[in-house]
Amino acid sequence: MRLHLFRRKPVPPIGTRPFDLLCLTTAVVLGVHAPHLPVWLTAALAATLAARWWQRRRRGGIAPAYLKLPLVALLAAAVVFHYGTLFGREPGGALAVGLLVLKLLETEAPRDARVGAAFACFALMTALLFDQGLVSTLLVALGLLPALATLRALEPARPATTLPRELLPALKLLGASLPLALLAFVFVPRLSSPLWGAPNAAASRTGLSPDMSPGDMTDLLTDDRPAMRVGFDEAPPPAAQRYFRAYVMWHYDGRRWSHVDTGEAPSTVQYGATLRYTVSLEANGQRALPALDMPIEAPDRSRLEPDGELRAATPVNDTMVYTLHSATGYRLQAQLGERERQRGLQLPSGFNPRAHALAESWRTRYGANDEAIVQAALRLFHDGGFSYTLAPAPLGRDAVDDFLFATHEGFCEHYASAFTVLMRAAGIPARVVTGYQGGYWNSLGNYLLVRQSDAHAWSEVWMPGRGWQRVDPTAAVRPERVSQGAAAAAATASDWSPNQWWLGLRNRWDIVNRWWNQGVIGFDTLRQHGLLTPFGMRDANAGMLGLVLAVGGSLMAMLGLLWAVWTRPTGDPAREALRLLERRLAAAGVARRHSEGPQHYFSRAARAFPSQRAELERLMRTYLALRYAYDEPPAGLLKNFRQAVRDFRPRRVVK
Amino acid sequence: MRATLRRWQEWAERRLPALTRHKRPEHLPILLHRRRIYIVPTGFGMAFAVLLLVMLVGSLNYANNAALLLTCMLGAASCASMLVAFRSLNGLRLTGVRQGRAMAGEPLAIQLVFAGGDHDHRSVHADMDGQAEAFAVAAHGETLVPLNLATVQRGWQPLPRLKLWSHWPLGLFHAWSWIHPDQAVLVWPRPETGGPPPSPHGEAQQQPRLHQGEDIVALRDYRVGDPQRHVAWKHSARHHSLLVKDFEQPEAQEEWHLDWRQLPQLSNEARIARLARWLGEAEAVGRPTSLWLPGEEIGLGHGRSHYTHCMNALASLP
Repeated sequence: MRLHLFRRKPVPPIGTRPFDLLCLTTAVVLGVHAPHLPVWLTAALAATLAARWWQRRRRGGIAPAYLKLPLVALLAAAVVFHYGTLFGREPGGALAVGLLVLKLLETEAPRDARVGAAFACFALMTALLFDQGLVSTLLVALGLLPALATLRALEPARPATTLPRELLPALKLLGASLPLALLAFVFVPRLSSPLWGAPNAAASRTGLSPDMSPGDMTDLLTDDRPAMRVGFDEAPPPAAQRYFRAYVMWHYDGRRWSHVDTGEAPSTVQYGATLRYTVSLEANGQRALPALDMPIEAPDRSRLEPDGELRAATPVNDTMVYTLHSATGYRLQAQLGERERQRGLQLPSGFNPRAHALAESWRTRYGANDEAIVQAALRLFHDGGFSYTLAPAPLGRDAVDDFLFATHEGFCEHYASAFTVLMRAAGIPARVVTGYQGGYWNSLGNYLLVRQSDAHAWSEVWMPGRGWQRVDPTAAVRPERVSQGAAAAAATASDWSPNQWWLGLRNRWDIVNRWWNQGVIGFDTLRQHGLLTPFGMRDANAGMLGLVLAVGGSLMAMLGLLWAVWTRPTGDPAREALRLLERRLAAAGVARRHSEGPQHYFSRAARAFPSQRAELERLMRTYLALRYAYDEPPAGLLKNFRQAVRDFRPRRVVK
Repeated sequence: MRATLRRWQEWAERRLPALTRHKRPEHLPILLHRRRIYIVPTGFGMAFAVLLLVMLVGSLNYANNAALLLTCMLGAASCASMLVAFRSLNGLRLTGVRQGRAMAGEPLAIQLVFAGGDHDHRSVHADMDGQAEAFAVAAHGETLVPLNLATVQRGWQPLPRLKLWSHWPLGLFHAWSWIHPDQAVLVWPRPETGGPPPSPHGEAQQQPRLHQGEDIVALRDYRVGDPQRHVAWKHSARHHSLLVKDFEQPEAQEEWHLDWRQLPQLSNEARIARLARWLGEAEAVGRPTSLWLPGEEIGLGHGRSHYTHCMNALASLP
């Protein structure tokens, strides 16, 4: 791997301890990367690592080139095989971890170990590109400990100690450098635009999707990762109004509802009182920004779509924080155009004949009373023997008919889909809306935690003069879904289960994640520029931030230097006082020689400064008395001596 | 112009004693302090800085604050390690030099005595003439650092400049300090490889030994001619034959009176080499020697300390 251009002096191989630490570092790197690596690759790399550790412990020596080179080729091939390319975030991460493990195969000299440890630091950082949550960041930061300990263990003449104790000094070093690190973190000017392309979103992330067919959301509804956190400026809306809309779906093909981009202007909306709130949205790779019904205007870097949907300018690949206004009382699109009316009534022909028949029977019974038809449908769900379950029976071709007349079980998607089809069949413009509903109110942090499992689907029907009205058919079946949240709705027989308890604990703990997301992950250019507002600078630019960083860094450096050059006082005040006197006399030209006793020195000084002879002799007598006359010198004498030394200034006689 | 240069050099020597080549020797003890400790990044440190820069740009580009925080921590720890590197030398004192014994041409083992300041000094290296020795000194402790000094000729040989350096704790920074103790070590003359034994002369050679040794070594059977007072009567009473006390007889070795003046035909160094060989041969068999040198006269004696005395005298001849 290395070119031997020059003959090197043979270097002794590194000891067992540094190698063990390096193996530990590599294992930690492998561990923090494991969540996004394919399992077989993780297992193979872990096996290689273990084999190398064992081999070196037993026999020593590096892996031969005929083994090394094919392994590197094999690694590259495996990455290409799995990801299709060598470049990009995931394949790059996998390659970096693999190369780090293979580097161990040829690690014998201190230089190799140093390179390995430094590269491990880099690989640790790349793990954060995949997940920058609090816990993973902490884990990665702890991964620095063995890396630093490896570097430390490579220095010779080090006191021997146990492996865990090797990590302690690294922890101390990191702890001591934390203030400087935080200063740098806060004041390093952020880039206003990326220098090169930001990584592409991971397609595999779960989350709401722009289309929906009943049964799709099962994965989502059992995924209890946080989706977003919402902090309200004033009191939060009541639980029944916590509907966050993300996608509005018009088009139905008998199986699947999908979102249609029309590119029209936002619909007119009349609204009453508004709520101001801040959403911290977890990365999901989508452009939809969930907003409380009904968003009034779009925050920065996003746009308000016709149906009250918010779209970000770029996919949300990192936690995004946005603030906006919503109105809970509103009237959306009081007038419906003919084209939109047609779209709101579109149904594929030849599907769900029984649902059509049912809707037409309602229409004939209630005439033009749309409201009565809506109520009839909700009554059907409430009283028709329907149940809420996350594991419903599968549906056939006529999905709505099967659901309405055969299985009678399902969750929000089934109800929203069936309800909308019924409404359209009855001639009422209707559409499906997906988003999140409910959430956990964290009273300690005063914010609403919305998990992926709070994903929800509901319907909107258009009423003449009242515009689009939200109707949640799921609430007719299981009111707890709306009043208490998804977890309560999914709970079956028992009221208490370990999962519930665990979820409750995590809901409370989530405040730390929120703090992390808002304080650290969401600390962007905008907030950085507003940082110096309390000091009268409304918009600090990069130069100003750099200046603050330089000044702060210098202050820290000064503190550090003080620590480094500070020598502990000897604990002997008489000696310290004499040192001061020696310094002053030396500055005036009478330096104390090595092996010169105090008496001789004082008399020499007295000859050099004849005008102060008496003073110097008195000082000498006091010092000798302090030193030799008593077992424990009296405090008064010591005090006098120190005072006299402080007052003494050598005066040269002008000749 | 020249005066300016000299003044500048003097200033540099005063301010930057460790940097200037013509560093004057100093008295012991030599204390390392902030004026004489210098720090530069090592090659690995430079590479690590580049790596940190890559990490910084990467995390800024992806607006990844967690990665940025990690990079900042690593960078801050690297900066802090510079202070630790400085501290591993700061306060270290060279308090003494102990020397072994060596003939000219052989490596001379010396021991540097380092005393610690008020904190531990870990992983310090002492470089002298291409050889390096790593050591650690505890707070207020003392450590002996063995080094070998190449010798060429006999006499007082001043210690060369020493470099004390450390890469502690992470190998990112190279902290160093030059020290030049005003100590000299004594190198013994190299004996000639072959030559005549000393010619017996002087009245001392003719005088028979009056005294035998006084230490009883063993008992042996009586031989005709043994003096009566040597018979061990008490022991013989318990034996079937007479036993005689056998005394150590160092006087069996003829004394050598080595004299500088005996070798007028040789050059100074050749005389010294010959005397050194004679002293060595005498020492090997335990022969008593005396040595006359211009300016120093060493009486009869034998044993290691006598040999050392004589060799030291030879080594320090002008």
